[in-house]
Amino acid sequence: MSTMNTVHSLWTMAAEPAGKIDSPHIEYAQLSPTLIVLGAAIIGVLAEAFVPRKSRYAVQIGIALLGFAAAFAAVIALAAGGHAKEEAQIAAMGAIAVDGPALFLQGTILLVALVAVFTFAERRLDPQEHGKHVDSFAAQGSAVPGGPAEQAAVKAGFTTTEVFPLLAFAVGGMLIFPAANDLLTLFIALEVFSLPLYVLCALARRKRLMSQEAAVKYFLLGAFSSAFFLFGVALLYGYAGTVSYAGIAEVVEGTRQASDPALAQTMGNDALLLIGGAMLLMGLLFKVGAVPFHQWTPDVYQGAPTPVTGFMAAATKVAAFGALLRLLYVVLPGLRWDWRPVMWGVAIATMVIGAILAVTQTDVKRLLAYSSVAHAGFILAGVTAATPDGISSVLFYLAAYSFVTLGAFAVVTLVRDAGGEATHLSKWAGLGRRSPLVAAVFAVFLLAFAGIPLTSGFAGKFAVFKAAAEGGATPLVVIGVISSAIAAFFYVRVIVLMFFSEPKPEGPSVVIPSVLTSTAIAVGVAVTLVLGLAPQYFLDLAGDAGVFVR
Amino acid sequence: MSFPLLTATAALPALGAVATAAVPAEKRTVAKWLALLVSLGTLVLAAIVAIRFDPDGARFQLTESHAWIADFGVRYELGVDGIAVALVGLTALLIPFIIAAGWHDADPLAEKTTSRWRPTQGFFALILLVEAMVVISFLATDVFLFYIFFEAMLIPMYFLIGGFGDRAHQHGEEEAGRQRSYAAVKFLLYNLAGGLIMLAAVIGLYAVTSDQLGSGTFSLQEILQARADRDLDIATSTERWLFLGFFFAFAVKAPLWPLHTWLPNAMGESTAPIAVLITAVVDKVGTFAMLRFCLGLFPEASQWATPVILVLALISIVYGALLAVGQRDIKRLIAFASISHFGFIVMGIFAMTSQGQSGATLYMVNHGISTAALMLVIGFLISRRGSRLIADYGGVQKVAPVLAGTFLIGGLATLSLPGLAPFVSEFLVLVGTFARYPVIGIIATVGIVLAAVYVLVLYQRTMTGPVKSGLEKLPDLRVREVLVVAPLIALLIGLGVYPKPLTDIVNPAVGHTLSDVGEKDPKPEHDARGGDK
Repeated sequence: MSTMNTVHSLWTMAAEPAGKIDSPHIEYAQLSPTLIVLGAAIIGVLAEAFVPRKSRYAVQIGIALLGFAAAFAAVIALAAGGHAKEEAQIAAMGAIAVDGPALFLQGTILLVALVAVFTFAERRLDPQEHGKHVDSFAAQGSAVPGGPAEQAAVKAGFTTTEVFPLLAFAVGGMLIFPAANDLLTLFIALEVFSLPLYVLCALARRKRLMSQEAAVKYFLLGAFSSAFFLFGVALLYGYAGTVSYAGIAEVVEGTRQASDPALAQTMGNDALLLIGGAMLLMGLLFKVGAVPFHQWTPDVYQGAPTPVTGFMAAATKVAAFGALLRLLYVVLPGLRWDWRPVMWGVAIATMVIGAILAVTQTDVKRLLAYSSVAHAGFILAGVTAATPDGISSVLFYLAAYSFVTLGAFAVVTLVRDAGGEATHLSKWAGLGRRSPLVAAVFAVFLLAFAGIPLTSGFAGKFAVFKAAAEGGATPLVVIGVISSAIAAFFYVRVIVLMFFSEPKPEGPSVVIPSVLTSTAIAVGVAVTLVLGLAPQYFLDLAGDAGVFVR
Repeated sequence: MSFPLLTATAALPALGAVATAAVPAEKRTVAKWLALLVSLGTLVLAAIVAIRFDPDGARFQLTESHAWIADFGVRYELGVDGIAVALVGLTALLIPFIIAAGWHDADPLAEKTTSRWRPTQGFFALILLVEAMVVISFLATDVFLFYIFFEAMLIPMYFLIGGFGDRAHQHGEEEAGRQRSYAAVKFLLYNLAGGLIMLAAVIGLYAVTSDQLGSGTFSLQEILQARADRDLDIATSTERWLFLGFFFAFAVKAPLWPLHTWLPNAMGESTAPIAVLITAVVDKVGTFAMLRFCLGLFPEASQWATPVILVLALISIVYGALLAVGQRDIKRLIAFASISHFGFIVMGIFAMTSQGQSGATLYMVNHGISTAALMLVIGFLISRRGSRLIADYGGVQKVAPVLAGTFLIGGLATLSLPGLAPFVSEFLVLVGTFARYPVIGIIATVGIVLAAVYVLVLYQRTMTGPVKSGLEKLPDLRVREVLVVAPLIALLIGLGVYPKPLTDIVNPAVGHTLSDVGEKDPKPEHDARGGDK
């Protein structure tokens, strides 16, 4: 009964050294960005419990902004201290990597989160209800939509200030995700940032049923992908006898022998490695929104409150691509010849299907969702390069793309009619005549999405395609530019609609936002243009950050 | 460091565009004059460039070079050769006329005036922006820098086509708007697709240079030097693919049959000055880039593709002319005529003889001037009657003799009447082609015959005969309109009689291009040239 023996010895092996565990050595300074954000999240929860309802809004914004800003400062300090390059190290008993890609992505996520706080806090867009300014979130998330409890909550002027701690928890998870250096940490980070996002998706003030539907879909599919992911972790443990990245990589390369008699039979079994690796990739590709794991994106993007959509579209991609890069470049470089063809196929399918499906969309948010799928494909093209240039080009693309996305969704929150945001494309007709400035800003974002020169989108696209071409993926580049041409069609269609169609008499109006959303949009435009006109500094930054610690 | 003259030439219209766009809504006249002054200032700068350019000097002159995006191997490199001088001059020359001709084209209709909607400012700012981008793409000697502006100029062009159309339209306002946005989208998608294919080739070029030279570069001079030193040797099949990527984009822009179908829509639906901007200015970037980049970067592939390209050019010449004969819409007729003319230009470039390429360069300039003269007069005519259909006109010369006269001269220039500038260039192209490819040269002459047909039939139907009802009170050209057309006609005659200043600038540059390709003129033709001198 060898299985029985194995199981038995597993237990005993696990139990035996219990008394010998040393207290873990934690490098608090190196982990400070994550700790600060998670600390801010916990303080936010406490504030929710103890601060009077009246002043919660201001207190929560203050905590969130301070927390993100302090964490960003910590990232800068770490990078300045050389942790991005020569001082790169693995902290927290091998659980977290502090290196260039991790710090670059953490910095990006924190900046995105800072801007997202502004859009979350916006209270000038919806008409006042019972004399109070309201934001984009439901008065009381637990109340049945349209029921008496909700009406009472609205009447009492409740607002869901919990969104700020939820945001902070999500950001905390996202900071760990690209830095995780073993599979269990990776999984925990995945759950830490996913769960708050599921809740945030369900909290729209308008169209609550749609919002809840989106959240349920996201949750169910996300749970599925987590299950796959976890199964993959288990198989890889069976293969390598460890969950640490470096350990698995050593087994893949054959430099490490089985030290655990319990795993002697499975260790080094390639079937476990390939199936386990594929399942891990599935979990990550789901979060990235790559074909064929993209089906959730349009529904979730459409149903979620638009500020949440903007944050999710930008930050989740950054975090998930960071984790994907680390997995492929640190854990599985020895399997390069196995995963590259697969990733080629995924990249091609993602680019083409994302671009083609976007053409048929009639809703701005769904259109942006499919466009994000297509962009995931472009980024994957850079991921497959398997060169240092590939890493830095992906880092640059992610930074450029996230701000365009944030800005674009922030503009979507401004265009409103009686039913809330007017996201149906036909309602955007003639927007350029009524509000030239808003339409022009949105046009800038669309042109950046389309990759027109002098915008950040072009610099990013050029960087990933260049890396792909140098990595020998010429067919990917060709298919990439063809899908870009298809994608350009629907971006242009929106511009045509805004500028060359006559405005409809019953059309939506553009609400003048407060300084919060204006700031978010201005930051988006500024980053888009700066990265388009003078990308060199940021390319250098991404280039310097392009080496993983192992 | 000396004054960056080339940067200034490109930057002035760009700054002018920003300033024009910033003029307050009610100060429309200020915006117009500002735009006109800026365009005249650019003309002065272009003239200084032409004067300081020494035809017998180095290949690229007045060069500027600064680091830009080191990661991509991109430098901000400008420089002019004779061909670029001629085309920058053409651009700077035509823009003031385009602005003056479109003086009232973008005045807002009274009922649509709102405080924020400023079409007039936008119209003139966009024209200046296009000028800046066209100029810098003529000046760029870095492939990437060129590519950026080659692509970016689509956006302002797109708004000019889609946002501003003729006041009156035979199908009514709503249908006009629909056709206009169709034309704009078609223009953008064709050119964007071409540009994106080119992007793949640009990336490929980087991959090749970084592979062989150690660090990737887009500098034309560096690549030419490396090739001359045999440091760079692109594999034959790679070179062909890269060539095709570049050529595709330029053939869409030029436009060459069968990629031409966006041009009649775009020219038909936009106002006459914008139609001139498209065909006389923006499209020249395509043929210019064939000369500079296709031949310069990929000489062997250019040789390889020559037979096919010559046949495509021949089809453009004959097909464009035939369709021009059959048009009922005046603007579309000119568009098809332009397609025929672009066929001649491409044929001249790929004939690979010095006469052919000099002729093609002159052709670009002369076609710009003659089309501008004819199309702007047509624009004045259409604005009077409110129709683009030939059938709506007749007997105009009885009521508006000056208009008819200028129309005739513009038309005769288009059909290359000896004594007018286009004749010189068309003759050179045909002679240059004939020297190497006699059969193609002979067939191309069909295009000349057909040109006579479509121009003269157009003149006969619209200008002669009994005056059509509704045209009795047709006003003749106003002072502003005469001021627009007269200098262009003077230029057509001047360059027709004495083209030497232009040929002196162009010829050495053509010699450089030919030596890039490694071609010499065929023997007998060379002797004939010696005999001339």
